[in-house]
Amino acid sequence: MTETTDKTIQAPEYAETERVDGRTVFTVPAERLHDAARYLRDVAGCDFLIDIVGMDWGDSLGAFYHMSPTDRPAEVITLKTATTDRETPHLESVCDVWEVAQTYEREVHDFFGIVFTGNPDMRRLFLRESWQGYPLRKDYDADPALNPLHKESEPLSDMDVVPYFTLEDGRLVGHMRQMYEEDEYIVNFGPQHPAMHGVLHLRVSLDGEVIRSVDPNLGYIHRGIEKMCESYAYPQILHLTERLDYLSGNINRHAFCLCCEKALQIEAPQRAVYVRTIMDELTRIASHLLGWGSMCMDMGSITAFVYGMRDREKVMDIFEDTAGGRLMTSYYTIGGLASDIHPDFCRKVKEFIPYMRKMLREHHMLFTGNPIAAGRMKKTGRLTLDDAISLGATGPSGRASGWSNDIRKIAPYAAYDKVDFEVPMRTGGDTFDRYMVRLDEIEQSLRIIEQLIDNIPEGPYAEKMRPIIKLPEGEYFQRVENARGQFGVHISSRGDKTPYRVKFRSPCLPLVGALKHITPGSKVADLIMIGGSLDYVIPCMDR
Amino acid sequence: MWSFSQLTDWIDRSLHSVMGDGWALTVEFILIGVAILVAYAVLALFLIYAERKICAFFQCRIGPNRVGKWGIFQSVADMIKILLKELIRIDNSDKFLFRAAAFFVIIGSICTFGAIPFAKGLHAIDFNVGVFYLTAVSSLGVVGILLAGWSSNSKYTMIGAMRSGAQLISYEISAGLSLMTIVILSGTMQLSEIVEQQGQAWFIFKGGLPAVIAFITYLIAGHAETNRGPFDQPEAESELTAGYHTEYSGIQFGFFYLAEYLNAFIIAAIATTMFLGGWQPLHIPGWEGFNRIMDYIPSVIWFFGKTCFCIFLAFWVRWSFPRLRIDQLLSFEWKILMPICLINLILMSVYVIL
Repeated sequence: MTETTDKTIQAPEYAETERVDGRTVFTVPAERLHDAARYLRDVAGCDFLIDIVGMDWGDSLGAFYHMSPTDRPAEVITLKTATTDRETPHLESVCDVWEVAQTYEREVHDFFGIVFTGNPDMRRLFLRESWQGYPLRKDYDADPALNPLHKESEPLSDMDVVPYFTLEDGRLVGHMRQMYEEDEYIVNFGPQHPAMHGVLHLRVSLDGEVIRSVDPNLGYIHRGIEKMCESYAYPQILHLTERLDYLSGNINRHAFCLCCEKALQIEAPQRAVYVRTIMDELTRIASHLLGWGSMCMDMGSITAFVYGMRDREKVMDIFEDTAGGRLMTSYYTIGGLASDIHPDFCRKVKEFIPYMRKMLREHHMLFTGNPIAAGRMKKTGRLTLDDAISLGATGPSGRASGWSNDIRKIAPYAAYDKVDFEVPMRTGGDTFDRYMVRLDEIEQSLRIIEQLIDNIPEGPYAEKMRPIIKLPEGEYFQRVENARGQFGVHISSRGDKTPYRVKFRSPCLPLVGALKHITPGSKVADLIMIGGSLDYVIPCMDR
Repeated sequence: MWSFSQLTDWIDRSLHSVMGDGWALTVEFILIGVAILVAYAVLALFLIYAERKICAFFQCRIGPNRVGKWGIFQSVADMIKILLKELIRIDNSDKFLFRAAAFFVIIGSICTFGAIPFAKGLHAIDFNVGVFYLTAVSSLGVVGILLAGWSSNSKYTMIGAMRSGAQLISYEISAGLSLMTIVILSGTMQLSEIVEQQGQAWFIFKGGLPAVIAFITYLIAGHAETNRGPFDQPEAESELTAGYHTEYSGIQFGFFYLAEYLNAFIIAAIATTMFLGGWQPLHIPGWEGFNRIMDYIPSVIWFFGKTCFCIFLAFWVRWSFPRLRIDQLLSFEWKILMPICLINLILMSVYVIL
């Protein structure tokens, strides 16, 4: 064991240790990956796998595993591994260490063709099974002749055959298994379905009204944003970030700006920092209102949905005044803001705070106290604390299970260290707790805005930036708290005006894994309601 | 109080004066049929408009406001649109049952509609077992719903139909028992007789506590029978897209839609007839002057006024509450509502004997 720069974690002897971008990076050979993961999970306490970032370094393929110990949540530890085999690259799966790895490994497999031995499900995650090539590899051939536009839909039976791989005497052996038995009653929820909040496709195996299993089929709105990023300049990429989780567009954009600013070692002016924080919180309120409304609508209460939309409209109006846009504001830039705030901004925000408080009481009266609503939400869809961590369910969904994971508190960015607020937490982990955490967060967001709105400092709203921004060579990782959980940006730069690789950590992708985990055994009606309470946004997971 | 029987008797006499008995009867049947169908369609249009407007007010919206003044012709425009829509043929569906299902639903609803005493002398079907007839034909609808779900060859409709079957059959019991409570009080099943008996005081006042309980249980059970929120599991749009009528289009869907609204009306009308005195005005024993003033208000207004009040209650509930889950719905019926109804039945018997 060698002593690392980080005092709390000792590196295993087979690992090379370095300190990059405030993170401890352990580089391990591919064959020791699983040992290292076990060690970091069990001995070093890194029980939360933030993300797996697949990489193509040209001569080798591999991945970064970002993880964090839940008792020291500000710390990020990165495990790096690579394999030089480009023909049949394979790594050992870590899905027995962190459950969420199962989904992440499927994504890496989809984009880089790396096979994970031991992962029970090695279907592609976003692209269709018949897709030729692995799009994020640097030698990918994007010739449309290879992957012509399909005018007919894929047969669903393709999704029923699940390949998986094992390693026998150092040789990679492929296997197939059938997803369903002969006479299972499978209902497709989505991709077009009134309660799917987007184009998510759930294949639900039913036993009467009771759910046996749920198989999410992703990729209907996969736009290849990470691939597009590799040929875009940094200011252009900003616009793509808002199109991930469109309901927390500002916050996603904030993450990318922060990551670039960190790499460039500049700081946005204080005025911009304050305005960004206020805008982020307004975005969170708008998102939670919509999440609340659509969850209520999933349970059949359309009135609540209209109320949510009505109040969200006020926030949209504030955005429109200042930024011009309502949903995609395109307001933050690297180094500050695109323009100064509207003269009415402070007045309107100050009017909004008491209005929203009053409406919040009304929302509680309409829905929270309703015996039918409470009867349906309490004790259903329980996500335990251990599962929440292992599944990587961050954000309000994780906090309802008692997992304190709010980046605003544990690693404050922007102006969050200057304000006094609480992180609403609950311990039950059921649907009702997730519902309540969201409504309580609206109240806390109002508190944050209240403290900042009178203190916006005078001064410039943006740093002067060169028209072409080149990030210094290196790996940068930045997390922020968006309305659904931890949103992360990993930029791998080689000093060009375009990034070498960009990876977005979607908070929604683990949530759909959580849905798959907690719904079996409950009723069809609960599936929709639990989905609503997790509040995932499909473009965010599909990217 | 003016009676519609003066008008109907006049038509009867005039017909008999120009043609034989058999022909006169045939013409009368046709006239009554046409009148009921027209009333059915017009009421449905009115109810759809009313629901949209009321729901809009609950939700701080304006509601339809473009077609005609305050949008009053909106549902007429919608009706024209739905008549012009294509009937989509579903592959591998049972064609005959698929078409028949919509008719089952609407015929069950129309048959019930015909038996309601709308005003003094305005009563098409009047048996000595009127209440029994009402419960019997109104359960014809469930056959249509089950057939619709089965014949569409779709998993959503199948689940919707199964839910609907379980739900309607369960709640029919409570609704029937609540009506029986009133039958015990009145001693007759004939609707005209029941209304006649409420001339001095409506049954909800006359019957004491058991009648009030029966009224509430009937409203709940009846609301569940109409498949409307919070009891709309059979069509739960957020789970089953549209439940048993997912695959229907055009006027076939229109039939289901129409029947849903008219069933809401029918339930309210039966509640009015059985509990709130039907077309009888509000009479308070001893207040002669007040009673005489009340008599000046036409019976048809009394009937529709009270019915609209019951419908408004239904709308209010629908737009305020979220949907129950199917197991909660059934356990509510079998573990709470039906025992209450049974005990209430005994209470009413004791009340009548005393």
